[in-house]
Amino acid sequence: MTSIILLSVFGIINLFLGFLKSNKILLPAVIIFLAIVFGVNFLDWNNPQSHFNNMLTIDNFAVAFSAVMVLSLALILPFSRSYINSGNPHLAEFYSILMFSLVGAIMMVSYENIIMLFLGIEILSIAMYVMAGSHKKELRSNEAALKYLLMGSFATGILLFGFALIYGASGSFNIAEIASFSSNTTATDLLPMMEIGVLLVLVGICFKIGAAPFHFWTPDVYEGTPTLFTTYMSTVVKTAGIAAFYKLVWAVFPGLNEFWYPTLVAITVLTLVIGNIGAAIQTSFKRMMAYSSIAHAGYLLIALTSFNDYSENAVLFYALSYTVATVAAFGVLKLVSDQREGETYEMFNGLGRTNPLLAFAMTVAMCSLASIPLTGGFFAKFFIFGSAIEAGAVWLVVVAILMSAVSIYYYFRVVMAMYMKEPVGEKVAVDGFAAFMLIFLSIFTFIMGIFPGWFNNWL
Amino acid sequence: MLTALLLFWPALAGLLVLLMKGEAAKKTAFGAAVIEFLIAVYAAVSFEPNAATQFEINQPWIQNAGISFHIGMDGISLLLVLLTAFLVPLIILSSFKHTYNNAGTFYALILFMQMGMIGSFVALDAFVFYFFWEVALIPIYFICGIWGGERRVPVTFKFFIYTIFGSLFMLVGFVYLYFQTPGTHTSDISAFYNLALSPENQSWVFWFIFLAFAIKMPVFPFHTWQPDTYTEAPTPGTMLLSGIMLKMGIYGVIRWLLPVVPAGVAQWADVVLVLAIIGIIYGAIIAIRQNDLKRLTAFSSISHVGLIAAGLFTLNMQGLQGAMIQMLSHGINVVGMFFLIDIIFRRTGTREIKALGGITQYAKFFTIAFMILLLGTVALPLTNGFVGEFLLLSGVFQYNYIMGAVAGLTIILGSVYLFRMFQRVMFGEANTTTAKFTDLTASELAVLIPLIILVFWIGLHPNTFLNISEPAVQNLLSIIKR
Repeated sequence: MTSIILLSVFGIINLFLGFLKSNKILLPAVIIFLAIVFGVNFLDWNNPQSHFNNMLTIDNFAVAFSAVMVLSLALILPFSRSYINSGNPHLAEFYSILMFSLVGAIMMVSYENIIMLFLGIEILSIAMYVMAGSHKKELRSNEAALKYLLMGSFATGILLFGFALIYGASGSFNIAEIASFSSNTTATDLLPMMEIGVLLVLVGICFKIGAAPFHFWTPDVYEGTPTLFTTYMSTVVKTAGIAAFYKLVWAVFPGLNEFWYPTLVAITVLTLVIGNIGAAIQTSFKRMMAYSSIAHAGYLLIALTSFNDYSENAVLFYALSYTVATVAAFGVLKLVSDQREGETYEMFNGLGRTNPLLAFAMTVAMCSLASIPLTGGFFAKFFIFGSAIEAGAVWLVVVAILMSAVSIYYYFRVVMAMYMKEPVGEKVAVDGFAAFMLIFLSIFTFIMGIFPGWFNNWL
Repeated sequence: MLTALLLFWPALAGLLVLLMKGEAAKKTAFGAAVIEFLIAVYAAVSFEPNAATQFEINQPWIQNAGISFHIGMDGISLLLVLLTAFLVPLIILSSFKHTYNNAGTFYALILFMQMGMIGSFVALDAFVFYFFWEVALIPIYFICGIWGGERRVPVTFKFFIYTIFGSLFMLVGFVYLYFQTPGTHTSDISAFYNLALSPENQSWVFWFIFLAFAIKMPVFPFHTWQPDTYTEAPTPGTMLLSGIMLKMGIYGVIRWLLPVVPAGVAQWADVVLVLAIIGIIYGAIIAIRQNDLKRLTAFSSISHVGLIAAGLFTLNMQGLQGAMIQMLSHGINVVGMFFLIDIIFRRTGTREIKALGGITQYAKFFTIAFMILLLGTVALPLTNGFVGEFLLLSGVFQYNYIMGAVAGLTIILGSVYLFRMFQRVMFGEANTTTAKFTDLTASELAVLIPLIILVFWIGLHPNTFLNISEPAVQNLLSIIKR
């Protein structure tokens, strides 16, 4: 709870800092704010509490996922150097909007009332619509913002309609009461209403996390959005969405398991297949990363379908390792694409020779996303597959495995471009802070891959 | 402790080499590999010849998941560790004439790969095994992809995706087995040996795990990545792949397949044997038609490995012991062959059999070395190949005499393609490419002499090595047959 308040306050303070017209102090200030929030967040560890008439619950689940999301933002921001150097007049607003959107993300993982979930989603989404269009003079950025806004509002409508039907059937917004209603379905003839509501909510949430077949906005929006904010979308927004979804399906609808389980499994398989195949046929690295984020939503959904003792920790571990790797990948992309034209694979040609550090960080990130041992991504998939196999869904894991093999194809294309092709340009200039972050991210990935035991039993 | 030293020494040395440049990197890497070999020899000397796992270390790794860092060596592991530690310094030495760009990275990758390979030979926990299995793959991917021939990029890509594809299935198999272990789950090897799954489950688990090993060896029809990769990889890479890495597949079958899913093996042994024997004949016949020396050796490797695979699935003492000794022999012979081919290539600029001829007239020692290694590969009595092939064929014969007879064709076909190649390359008239073929230099002799000594050592007194692995193999068979 403190973290929500602090983030809001810091966001406002940051806006005032913007009046100083000095972009240099903004980044350190925001990093310090986020560090404070990160630390304060852990005060609520093992100290469950509920607020606002039981509308928000801060439990370990909420604290852990909030920590991952705050950390993600702190990891992303060091790559915003180009905004500072170019003297972008809106930098303070950008930082503040991102901090405000974190408030929404934290609400999404700690809701106890589906109205709060809706509010959280909206706070996060509206911030994202703005960020997608933050490069006002760029056509692609405008296109992305418009597409995201139109499609996103449509999905919000569906989601809200679903909530309304659920409320109509169960008479409550509180997730405990909805759960007790849905687990006692024989006593009511409102079941069809409830089921349609659940279906609409599934559609709405799947849209938000970019799961197939509701993923069509993802590649275009990710591509058009400025890289820094794409990173935020594919890490924080995804983590929040999956955590909210996890809570929703297992806290709210356990009684309707029979009903939504086949749907969710179908969505999972579709997401895995479309995400991975889609990524394999891209020529733009950024679009590939967009499809890859769809694919990773698929792996995360596996944990949702196989709810057991392992899946909570598996989702958390996966979210963390995916975040770290994705931030590193986008960070390198941002540094390189700021100085070389385009966002294609060819842009990375020969990077291993001109910028060994960038190439190494990118390789580690790609290995982690492709789940190669020694990196966190390996154990992330390992725990997810473990929870699915424990639940008896071996066939689902086989689908995921086949798709993982496909993913190696597209992740290693960039590795090959970096190390096995001739350089296409000059050495890319890297500022010290970004270089430090890339080293940190690589080491963190290795630590997660070598000592996974430190991260997999929090919940 | 000794096992941990064997495992981590190459990695430490690799990190050091990574910072070095040019000649210094080469020499340091060689020195480190020699020290590694000495440690391995010390381990072999202090090894008690019984079935027990020795030099064991068992540290918790991922405690709450029951996964521990469990490593140790029995006779089977020890032989392969010895082979690895013996071949790596020779492989590094064989590349002394080359200057590679970024030599530091190149040799560091070789040492990292050595760690991966040794790790998978000593792992006694399924996930530790899987971990090192993949760790060994990453360096060779870069070795082939950066320093390989013209078509290296697509070829390396195919190899990499193919092998990872198989490994992922193995991972699923292991995770499944892990969840079948009683109580708080564990992935320790002893728990896997005591699983006793239902035959139906063993049947599919068998294929999940075997696929990874079959691709690595490779067994027909999973071999399509192999000839291209062997041809395009730089020679040290080819040697690492063929000399050591494919043994990881064979070792995997021995350690992680046969005793874990014995009922599955019983159901599918016939199928695998037929595939293996098809591989023997197929590899040999294709080899006859090859014009590129590297490709020829690659196909001959498919043929020889087919026989080893067949021996494994006979599940008798001869078959398994034959496989053990043949793994050593094949490693030694194939590394020697690729080195000789590399020498030819360096002096004449070609690997095409048609373009060569008459080398005997210019290079006496080269001819002798070539002949000895050739005879070892053909399996002439008194050479190392003979012991292994004899044991393997008698194993297959015991299992099924028709299969034994067909598999026996390998000896005939092997001499056809190898002698045919030898004749065309070494005898006849010299031409402009082969004229002035200089004889072996001192550093080349330094690589070949240890190999030749071992060709005869294994050929004349195989018991030195067979005795190391015999109790462990016996123990393994008793686990399989119970």
